[in-house]
Amino acid sequence: VSATVLFYLFGAIAVAGALGMVLNVRNTVAGALSLVGTMVALGGIYVLLDAYLVGVLQILVYAGAIVVLFLFVVMLLNLRRDVFAPTRTRIARVLAGAIGLVLAAWLVVFGAGLEAALPELPEGFGGYRAVGAQLFTDYVLMFEATSLLLLAAMVGAVILAKRKID
Amino acid sequence: VIETIVKMLFIVLVIMGAFLPLITWVERKQSAVMQDRIGANRADLFGVTLLGLLHPAADVLKLLTKEDVVPRGANRTLHLLAPVIALVPAIITLAVIPYGGTYRFGDSELSLVVADIDWGMLYVFAVGSIATYGAVIAGWASNNNWGLLGSMRASSQMISYEVTMGLSIVGLFMVYGTLRLTDMAEFQDQTFRVFGFLEHLFGMGVPGFLAWIRLPMWGIFLQPLGFLLFLTCIMAENKRPPFDAPEGESEIIAGYHMEYSGMRFGLFYTAEFLEVPVIAMLVTALFLGGWSIPWLSQETIIGGVSSVFGLGFATGLCMILHVGSFLVKTIVLIWLQMQLRWTLPRFRYDQVMDLCWKMILPISIANIFVTGFVILLVQGAS
Repeated sequence: VSATVLFYLFGAIAVAGALGMVLNVRNTVAGALSLVGTMVALGGIYVLLDAYLVGVLQILVYAGAIVVLFLFVVMLLNLRRDVFAPTRTRIARVLAGAIGLVLAAWLVVFGAGLEAALPELPEGFGGYRAVGAQLFTDYVLMFEATSLLLLAAMVGAVILAKRKID
Repeated sequence: VIETIVKMLFIVLVIMGAFLPLITWVERKQSAVMQDRIGANRADLFGVTLLGLLHPAADVLKLLTKEDVVPRGANRTLHLLAPVIALVPAIITLAVIPYGGTYRFGDSELSLVVADIDWGMLYVFAVGSIATYGAVIAGWASNNNWGLLGSMRASSQMISYEVTMGLSIVGLFMVYGTLRLTDMAEFQDQTFRVFGFLEHLFGMGVPGFLAWIRLPMWGIFLQPLGFLLFLTCIMAENKRPPFDAPEGESEIIAGYHMEYSGMRFGLFYTAEFLEVPVIAMLVTALFLGGWSIPWLSQETIIGGVSSVFGLGFATGLCMILHVGSFLVKTIVLIWLQMQLRWTLPRFRYDQVMDLCWKMILPISIANIFVTGFVILLVQGAS
């Protein structure tokens, strides 16, 4: 029972944070902070789902590092008001509305059947041991490919920054 | 659930109520001794000063009765929220620290840790990464350029040191094979032969007297480099001198918290001070054997004492000794932090960043590789 209550609590925080981020177009910092709320709440939901590692990484990486970098950039450019107010074209509005409707319909159609029995979890599911073992055996190729991608991004950023200084 | 709440309340009350005021007093007295002054001795009740022990109470009273100013043009909500965000992570880190082992009294078991979770160290890192927001939001919400500069410094410094803090300790995780803090403490409650590696790696016999030399299996002996790097990183995370660039009184006045007054400033101050014992306890649990007593494992103590005085008494005595051992190590580390804080001047901002990315990061990565290599060698040999 308490897990259900917590789920709704985290869910409400996540939705509120997401709305706060989207609606706070005039105040970028407040928007970024709302995003932090969503990230932390999502981390809580992952932990409720026994995916401990993903939950903690959600907070550690997204809330604790990535959004801090967003904030850093926003503060560095000192974008206080209006600069990034989005241009609302008609096409964008229609597209966004359509995507939202499709997602909502999908949730209603497939979400109804989700109360069926959940599978039994294997021992240690979602812990760092289980995830690590999977990551370095079955998915090692993907893992290495991702690290290459990140390395390429890093080198690219360094080169771009260097050109500007020279 | 009730047991957890009672434990947490007890620990928060002891640390916030008794430890924290004492630490502010120790800091004042220690800086006074180091600078050849007399130190805090003015606050008195009817002429009794108690060696300046009344100063913490006077501080709190003063902070509580001061005006709470929110500057014009500040973002009011965030300005009020920031000190809380700075303080809360330090408090909830206390939940995973093992203050003692697990003790069996008859049928019931007493474990001296609030939340014994499998991903304890990940929890510590996650909670610590949230603490960045306190400083970042404070400076931005104050609508003050010095404050903003302080926030920028705080965010870049804390993010950088979070990365290296995680990497510097990976070697230790590899040695312990766990992220659970209670398991780490238990692991350190044993000893190893210092010259045992001769036999393991080279197949040489160890001469008799050398075989007798044993050291406790503490993190500081197994990962000395990791200890230095981790201590440096976690002290930089705390933002106290010599890593206080975000505050930098002489350059940016008080940095991120310059627009705070009264108890809201006090909360930032409390957060920084609370992190001192939290760091000390974490490093104790990770590197200094936690609650363990060197060369005397839990079984030895309980087995030895119970043969004379009975099992219940032996377990109780063992628990008290363990908590005492934990406290002693914690106090030594608090002393070390204070000593460093009053010895070193503030590092320049570029020095702080260079230390992180050009020194600690490569050394940490090298440490991981060397540790992995040695573990493979030892496992292969045995």
